[in-house]
Amino acid sequence: MAEEAKTKILCEDIWKVFGKEPQRIINNWDTYKEMDKVKRLKETGCVVGTRHATFKVELGEIYCLMGLSGSGKSTLLRCINRLHEPTHGKVFIDDMDITSLSQQDLREMRRAKTGMVFQHFALLPHRRLLRNAAFGLEVQGVDKKEREKRALDALELVGLKGWEKSYPYELSGGMQQRVGLARALATDPEILLMDEAFSALDPLIRRQMQDEFVKLIKKVKKTIIFVTHDLNEALRIAGHVAVMKDGAIVQQGTPADIVLHPETDYVAEFVQDLPKTKFITAADIMEKPDKWVLKSDDTSGVIAHKMDQRELRFAFIIDENQRVLNVVDYFRLTSGGLKTPEAPPTEEESNSNFPILAAAADTFLEGLLSEGAKSKVPIVINDSDGCVIGIIPRENLLTALASA
Amino acid sequence: MDFPFRIHIGRWAEVIVEWLLEHFEGVFDVIKAIVEFILIQIDAFFTWVPWPITIIALTFIAWRVSGRKVAVMTVVCLFLLGSLGMWTEGMSTMALVATAVFISVLFGLPVGVFSAKSPNFDAVLKPILDGMQTIPSFVYLIPAIMFFGIGNVPGILATVIFAIPPMVRLTSLGIQQVDTEVVEAGHAFGCTPWQLLLNIQLPLAVPSIMAGVNQTVMMALSMVVVAAMIGAGGLGSKILYSIQRIDLGMGIEAGLGILFIAMVLDRILQGITKKQQQALLKK
Repeated sequence: MAEEAKTKILCEDIWKVFGKEPQRIINNWDTYKEMDKVKRLKETGCVVGTRHATFKVELGEIYCLMGLSGSGKSTLLRCINRLHEPTHGKVFIDDMDITSLSQQDLREMRRAKTGMVFQHFALLPHRRLLRNAAFGLEVQGVDKKEREKRALDALELVGLKGWEKSYPYELSGGMQQRVGLARALATDPEILLMDEAFSALDPLIRRQMQDEFVKLIKKVKKTIIFVTHDLNEALRIAGHVAVMKDGAIVQQGTPADIVLHPETDYVAEFVQDLPKTKFITAADIMEKPDKWVLKSDDTSGVIAHKMDQRELRFAFIIDENQRVLNVVDYFRLTSGGLKTPEAPPTEEESNSNFPILAAAADTFLEGLLSEGAKSKVPIVINDSDGCVIGIIPRENLLTALASA
Repeated sequence: MDFPFRIHIGRWAEVIVEWLLEHFEGVFDVIKAIVEFILIQIDAFFTWVPWPITIIALTFIAWRVSGRKVAVMTVVCLFLLGSLGMWTEGMSTMALVATAVFISVLFGLPVGVFSAKSPNFDAVLKPILDGMQTIPSFVYLIPAIMFFGIGNVPGILATVIFAIPPMVRLTSLGIQQVDTEVVEAGHAFGCTPWQLLLNIQLPLAVPSIMAGVNQTVMMALSMVVVAAMIGAGGLGSKILYSIQRIDLGMGIEAGLGILFIAMVLDRILQGITKKQQQALLKK
């Protein structure tokens, strides 16, 4: 079911050092490592923007670079399309070495593959929205009719239909950023680089934009690198998050990884106040189904024996395709003694009175709890074909809740 | 007590100028012919248009770019200019200033752009611009006469030397001040350097460039009397004449004429600059 994820962007040991003789810093990093930034600047005249940055972004995912201001996240982002020339390291997009491109090839690459959205929108104030959105296409030399049509489509996609004749200053911040997004989408790039795209918006609008953005992205299928200082934003929209501090990536992983298994004190401090029920998924707390399942041709006697042995109150009967057929309640089965130990349990015996609760592996603990509250029966976790891949007994739910 | 040595910079300058004259006479003739041609066209236009039409046209422009008050002021100023008997001289001065400004913009703009893009060039250019503005303008009248003789052309070129620095400086400043993010956006979408310049940097630098044009016009106007000393015509020559004759009446009339022209041009140009700024800076 899971396709082999294809790497779209690969960054290998990216450094960006500002100042004269940046190589000196890189070559003698051990000497300068412990030094405080101000002292380092005084001694070497250099500022380390980003260092040791290695990460890969899979095709079609949203990858967040998260960190406070000065952590080097925007610098790192700019290294990918070489708005900042990396001092060291390599960037690959689709296995093409970006760092070795000539200026002209770089321009072509930027035109063909990447779109960028900026924190303060960076719109052209002297152009109407239509010409703003068409800017990337204009630069590429697409003819007027075609580019205006595509710009119009892009504006419609971000919900700005009917505004194409307005000037940017006539719009609110949220709407201006939609224009920024439309401009980036109009060229239909494979990759979107978003630099604090929603940070300049007020909180309510920001939230709304995030939701719309996630929806939109599902439609247009892009690989996205999203820079933000807002952890909640990163966790809400990202497939993978890299937390940055002082120019380096301190931890990367899925949002749940970051929240549930912080690797450093810094990350731990970051995530400590987050409601973990929103990040723990079924996959994190489920058990292997082996212990819980019985074959459909098992007889009542065998079932009773197995359940005894495994100390189960409930067990699931599955067919040869691993689909759950029924749930057996030990008390019900054995109450009044086994009537026909040599035959499979009858409908009456096997039916537990309780509905079978099924959920997908990416259901959050929050959702599992509200499901689980309805029944004593463990929750069955199915994959997309309906085959059982895990079981969550109530104890696990409660343990997870206690640790959250 | 004597100084231990004497630097003969004056003599060297003479040698250089003479050498230039000897070897590049043709070049100077061509320059002279071109400037003269431009001036004659502009001058012919200004003197050909009947005064009521000039007044109406300038008033209309003033009204459009700066509003009613400035329009009224323009009518009054231009009428006074005419009724002081200075209309023809005023128009000649306008033509001289327009020619000098035209040449200043023609060269100042690209030089300004280049200095914004090249820090090294900028470092060399700065002291030269400072020199052009601070060395008394009378000093470069002498080589101007030597290269171009006496008349309007050396007057205009001396004016250009004096008036071009703000054009260069404000163009350069305007381009450097364009929001870095917007410039980054240009790069990010794959602009060539020319596309970046024409689509982003120049349009966003327009308010600053217009301020440069405005200052250049004002400085050109302040040069008209000096330029008259080497034979430029118009109101400047009237003032020069009145100084030589100690003719207070004519001096005041011609002086007021320059004032009126300056006011009208300044307000109109300020109006344009403001409009541009409003269009760009509203966020």
